[in-house]
Amino acid sequence: METRNSIRPSGPVVIDIETITKDYVMGEEVVRALRGVSLQICRNEYLAIMGPSGSGKSTLMNMLGCLDTPTSGRYEFNGKNVAEMDDDELAAVRNREIGFVFQTFNLLPRSTSLRNVELPLIYAGINPDRREERAAQVLADVGLGDRIHHKPNELSGGQRQRVAIARALVNGPSIILADEPTGNLDSKTGEEIMELFENLYHHGNTIILVTHERDIAAHARRTVHLRDGLIEMDHVGFIPEVDLPAAR
Amino acid sequence: MKRFLYELSESWKIAAAQMRSNLTRSTLTALGVIIGIIAVTLMGTAVNGISIGFDKSMAVLGDDVLYVTQWPWKPVDDWWNYRDRKKIKTEYAETLNRMIAAIPSSNLVVAVPTSNLMRSIKYGGNQVNNVFVLGTTSDFIITSTIDCTAGRFFNDLESRAGANVVVIGYDVADALFPSENPIDKSVLINGQLFKVIGVNTRQGTFLGLFSWDSMVAMPLGAFDKYFSAKSESDVRVKVKDKTRLADAKDELTGLMRRVRGLPPEKKDDFSINEQQAFKSTLDPVKNSIAIAGLFITGLSLFVGAIGIMNITFVSVKERTKEIGTRKALGARRRTILLQFLIESTALCLLGGFIGLVLAFLMCFLIGKAAPSFPIHFSVGLVMASVIVSAMTGLVSGFAPAWSASRLDPVAALRYE
Repeated sequence: METRNSIRPSGPVVIDIETITKDYVMGEEVVRALRGVSLQICRNEYLAIMGPSGSGKSTLMNMLGCLDTPTSGRYEFNGKNVAEMDDDELAAVRNREIGFVFQTFNLLPRSTSLRNVELPLIYAGINPDRREERAAQVLADVGLGDRIHHKPNELSGGQRQRVAIARALVNGPSIILADEPTGNLDSKTGEEIMELFENLYHHGNTIILVTHERDIAAHARRTVHLRDGLIEMDHVGFIPEVDLPAAR
Repeated sequence: MKRFLYELSESWKIAAAQMRSNLTRSTLTALGVIIGIIAVTLMGTAVNGISIGFDKSMAVLGDDVLYVTQWPWKPVDDWWNYRDRKKIKTEYAETLNRMIAAIPSSNLVVAVPTSNLMRSIKYGGNQVNNVFVLGTTSDFIITSTIDCTAGRFFNDLESRAGANVVVIGYDVADALFPSENPIDKSVLINGQLFKVIGVNTRQGTFLGLFSWDSMVAMPLGAFDKYFSAKSESDVRVKVKDKTRLADAKDELTGLMRRVRGLPPEKKDDFSINEQQAFKSTLDPVKNSIAIAGLFITGLSLFVGAIGIMNITFVSVKERTKEIGTRKALGARRRTILLQFLIESTALCLLGGFIGLVLAFLMCFLIGKAAPSFPIHFSVGLVMASVIVSAMTGLVSGFAPAWSASRLDPVAALRYE
């Protein structure tokens, strides 16, 4: 795989968020999970979102992933206003523009790798032959060409996460949104997965990592720190003095 | 549209996989539907059978025959108006026949007198009680669908002479002559000997309605000679064109009024009935049986449907995280709705098919064991059962499927 010197890209803006807030009503109380976050993410960025639990990290990820809509603020995804979309329109955006990678893999347990990877293609209305061809191709790309007929319980944790990554990639999304992708893996397997992300990044994909692990975030080219629902810091690269625990 | 089809086929695959992986649960749940469908289907065959039995019994009356009687064939509130009517006399038949013959354009063919009462009948050591003894003329076979398996009906000559001959019903023959040929044997009715000249073809009895099987017919002359005392008489008239039954009825009414010599201002003192009148009093009975039966058996299907609804709710709950994942991957509300609807429908259809096969086998066995039991399996019934089971699946799966489709993807993904 080719390596190129990647500086912070200044390509077209994929995600454009302006002062979004999100309030949750918990009984009597209103929890303000996001209090006005602005963020721009361009094509082929490799970004890590960090923050302690309760910082609004998950909420921001749900917003970015179009799983939820903000209480207020502007959110444009590839120039389209996402904040006002209804459920089915959001589903279409998730299907075509966003590839999710979850901490717990979230594979369908009784389906083979191939069928798992095919799922987003089914929802996109691709015909069965092309579906299978494309799914097999992507599985081969993530190094699982010989595992396409295995079910999740016949695969190792790392292989499962690769299936999940193949599933995220299969529709050629604008961004890959990975939520603690190595959280359920041992560190060696975790590193392999991070290598795979590195490869994807070099192939022009836009990757957003959500993590609280600093050595995972260290792979990203840009780091966004959240605290109490606000962006505390947003900087290029990985700065040990800032990002390592000793510096805090 | 294409996407819809892909989603549909995907949903069927998921449903099949789901049933396979939860075999015990699916079987138990389907059992509710199986029992429900068996109950409803068997009730349906019984309703069918009853309906056919009614029609068969009706056919005895003939749809082109008018019956002149003292009492109408329907329930009357003012019975006192009918009680004092003059009896119908068998002689009217002759008068009517003369009148009919005089009208070339008449829509009536022939009038046949009948008298009847209940008597015992004996042969050797065998005796049958409460046999319907009918006295009539040889023209009777014109008005009736009666056939003989052995021998013949009495002829014009025997009829006029009032000969001591009888034609006996199938069941009567069976009881009196279990191992003999009844033809030309002499049976004893009311102390008189009658020669058996014919046996009727078996007709089958149904719910105790009238059947030729338990009847004995003899010439009116012989009947009058020995039994006239307490008999009841009526006159049946064959109609030429049964599509103009109402005209025929009017014509016959006119003739009967002449026979009775009624002045124009007087009301009819007789009733003219046809099969249809009898049918219209029996139809509500038939329909009530059908509605009550199907309602009660429908309850068992309803219980089955509740089972399906319950298991679909459980399935939605268990797979909340999967639903979240599917939504994250781009499944729309409709997709999720469809998936669970198809799961519940597939389960119901499976139960329906199994129930139908079992019901069919049961019908077959009942038919073998008790041929007279009124059951009748039909293609319409099969179609109805399949449609009912599919509908059961759709209706009972809707609430859980709807709740699944409305799940918030964020909450569903976080669900453990």
